[in-house]
Amino acid sequence: MSPSQSVVLTARALERTLSRMADEIVEQNDGTEGLILVGIQRRGVQVAQRLAAVIATREGVEVPRGALDITLYRDDLQTVGPRPVVGRTEIPLTIDGMTVVIVDDVLFTGRTVRAALNELADFGRPSRVRLAVVIDRGGRELPIQPDVVGKHVEAERGDRVDVFVQEIDGRDEVILDTGKRA
Amino acid sequence: MTSPLGKDLLGLERLTAEQITLILDTAEPLKEISERAIKKVPTLRGATIVNLFFEASTRTRISFEFAEKRMSADTVNVATAGSSVTKGETLVDTARNLEAMKIDMVVIRHGSSGAAQFLADRIESNVINAGDGTHEHPTQGLLDLLTLRQRWGTLKGKKVCICGDVLHSRVARSNIWGLQKMGAQVAVCGPRSLLPNAISEMGVTVFDRIEPAIEWADALNVLRLQLERMQAGYIPSLREYNRVFGVTSERLKRAREDILILHPGPMNRGVEIDSDVADGPHSVILDQVTNGVAVRMAVLYLLSGNSPRLAEAAAGGT
Amino acid sequence: MSARDLLLKGGRVIDPSTGIDKVGDVLLRNGKIESAGEKISAPDSAEVIDCSGLVVSPGFIDVHCHLREPGREDVETIATGARAAAAGGLTAVCAMPNTDPVTDNQAAVGFVLKQGRAADAARVYPIGAISIGQKGERLAEFGEMVGAGAVAVSDDGKPVVSSQLMRTALEYARAFNIPVADHCEDPTLADGGQMNEGIVSARLGLRGIPNEAEEIMAIRDILLARRTGGHVHLCHMSTKGSVELIRWGKDRGIRVTAEACPHHLSLTEDAVEGYDTHAKMNPPLRTMADVEALREAVRDGTIDVLATDHAPHHYDEKARAFADAPNGIVGLETCLAVNITWLVKPGILSLAVLIDKMSCAPAKLFGLPGGTFARGAIGDVTVFDPTREWRVDPAAFLTKGRNTPYTGQTLTGRAVATVVEGRVVFRAK
Repeated sequence: MSPSQSVVLTARALERTLSRMADEIVEQNDGTEGLILVGIQRRGVQVAQRLAAVIATREGVEVPRGALDITLYRDDLQTVGPRPVVGRTEIPLTIDGMTVVIVDDVLFTGRTVRAALNELADFGRPSRVRLAVVIDRGGRELPIQPDVVGKHVEAERGDRVDVFVQEIDGRDEVILDTGKRA
Repeated sequence: MTSPLGKDLLGLERLTAEQITLILDTAEPLKEISERAIKKVPTLRGATIVNLFFEASTRTRISFEFAEKRMSADTVNVATAGSSVTKGETLVDTARNLEAMKIDMVVIRHGSSGAAQFLADRIESNVINAGDGTHEHPTQGLLDLLTLRQRWGTLKGKKVCICGDVLHSRVARSNIWGLQKMGAQVAVCGPRSLLPNAISEMGVTVFDRIEPAIEWADALNVLRLQLERMQAGYIPSLREYNRVFGVTSERLKRAREDILILHPGPMNRGVEIDSDVADGPHSVILDQVTNGVAVRMAVLYLLSGNSPRLAEAAAGGT
Repeated sequence: MSARDLLLKGGRVIDPSTGIDKVGDVLLRNGKIESAGEKISAPDSAEVIDCSGLVVSPGFIDVHCHLREPGREDVETIATGARAAAAGGLTAVCAMPNTDPVTDNQAAVGFVLKQGRAADAARVYPIGAISIGQKGERLAEFGEMVGAGAVAVSDDGKPVVSSQLMRTALEYARAFNIPVADHCEDPTLADGGQMNEGIVSARLGLRGIPNEAEEIMAIRDILLARRTGGHVHLCHMSTKGSVELIRWGKDRGIRVTAEACPHHLSLTEDAVEGYDTHAKMNPPLRTMADVEALREAVRDGTIDVLATDHAPHHYDEKARAFADAPNGIVGLETCLAVNITWLVKPGILSLAVLIDKMSCAPAKLFGLPGGTFARGAIGDVTVFDPTREWRVDPAAFLTKGRNTPYTGQTLTGRAVATVVEGRVVFRAK
């Protein structure tokens, strides 16, 4: 780890946080009825999986899960350079009348969530959409706010906040990197 | 701001294996869009795409149109087949007019080999070759590759035989280049009068008869035999062609159990392929059609990364 | 009008017909060669041109070009063609009759001659058609056309498909001592072909013209020349097989002569990559094996003359998809440079042999004046710099045609002065 990096959540802390988030999701919904967790590619999908696992243990219910790739809905495709790779989108059942909980690792400008909302609208009409994120780092550019937050982090524009997950990165950890600060 | 494919898609001969893989990998997740209730993504919103078809074609044009509309582009169809406009003269002027109208992309099908390149050299818009003369039909080649890769997981080391009029077939050429680049073994089978004289220099095995080709192959790509070929004297009759070279269920008995049958369409049932084969368990012809839209969406998506005009449109987005 | 005396001083005088190859002077008087090779002191009245460092040879003659007039004056006129020829170092050209209308009668022949004289540049000799309208059915009036000034007959542009007609033409032409020039192409084999048949055509999806399309007609013409005793001249030979057949014919004393063009000696079918219509001509560019066989044939005399097959086309006509573009490239202003760059520089031909093929042999075979510095011969001289390098820019051509495959290339060899009947008709800047 370089000197500009600091650990926001260790593996154990992340586990506790995800546990609490899962409880909050169920609490806000007053149960597991009509819930579907939709993770945003890529790491949001793994986070959604973990949350569903906790809910299964605590409530004894398998909450349905989906994956959403928002690449085609991004509003910055033209400025981002060569075409980004498109990931898998899979919504296994109709979302009409469901409570969709969008799950993502880090909430920053809000544009990813905006794209996700647009994309979900093409799949159907949920009765309610909520947002659950592991990290809220502020810096919103759109009027979007989360319903469930793992941890708030004070970060400046040039900072990086990364959630690393075992399934993709080989470890569980949240790192703040302030290396680009003036 | 460049696309990994460059400005145009003119053919598979000039693409690398990496580029082809990128297109196939991009097409895979795009298939899902055609299964949604709302079959649309906003990615090419504001883009204007012209389908310039100098040769009549329903299937390819419709497939492109679906791909374009599902990406939210605005499409304009220009068909000059049957008009009194002379070929060639029109092409230069057409290019200039398109340029002046600030079109983002052109999908062109033309009866002369090299016409797509001719256009691409003269306009800044992205040009996609939907079939130029007997030269290449890259999106068809790509969807054939995707269809095979889906079934096999990989194309490396697989044996594919292209059957029929290779001499006049742009689908055959695109398939030969695409399959070779992806590591497949390629063969052709047909009467020598319908194979290019220099075919042995193209790195493919040649089968003079269909029976050994069927025994050898993991997949057959059966090309349409056109009536004009008989009229031009390349083969004596369609009847003989079917009796000697036709892919029939009787002949398929000597094939491997899991052989795949492809056909670019439209089919001449009873000539190059019998109905029970086309509709049978080995046929992946309908997969080809589905994959066609996804492949074309992928190509539009990847090429659009190289268009300055799209940046302006997207900046005014949701 | 008689010309001033003209003294070409201090150049390397090369005349294969008389065997001269030395530094010296050439004096022209009254439009004729007065003396060549020795040092001469200039008569007072003479115009003197300093030719030190340059080559002075009998004037080049192109026995095969298309001047498009009458009918396609938008693409070339006899005047622009004659001036372009002079700029290329040519003192005379033979104009093929596939004009519109076809030059198949004495009035048409007379018209071409008249226009040529008015151009006041390189001399223009008309070639008459073999058949009326070049339709391949009835013989044109060879006698009348020759009487009016035609120097040969040809249906070039097209082959003579009927062997019977070709036989008759060869027999009938004997009375007038003219060559019958044939464009060797079997129409059914070549039908619809766009380029050489081979691996490149297979890859590009273009219909190919096999070598055999030319060779089948070449051997036919050679055999008919044998039977009839006539003189057959085979135009723009392009294949290894054709060369072998010509050798066969010459070995047996058959009166067959042949020409080759600069592009078939310098370019291959690879030039078509990218569907460049400036590489599209008939016969097409072939393979390296054919090019090498042709070069050797020029060297050993199997190919008698070097011609251009200059074929200007309108820019719009060439700016089309490959299959829709017409065949042909220009060549009058580049022929010397291409021949030097690809034949002389690599040591395949000496300058003397080149001059023989571009001057002495054409004159002899077609019975034209010139091609020699013998005393009293017509005063046609080409002065050129065999080492001068220059970049090909079609916009600077005098021909109206811009269709050349050599655009942007640096070639070696350039005409410095062209003299026709003792008068300077071209002077390089």
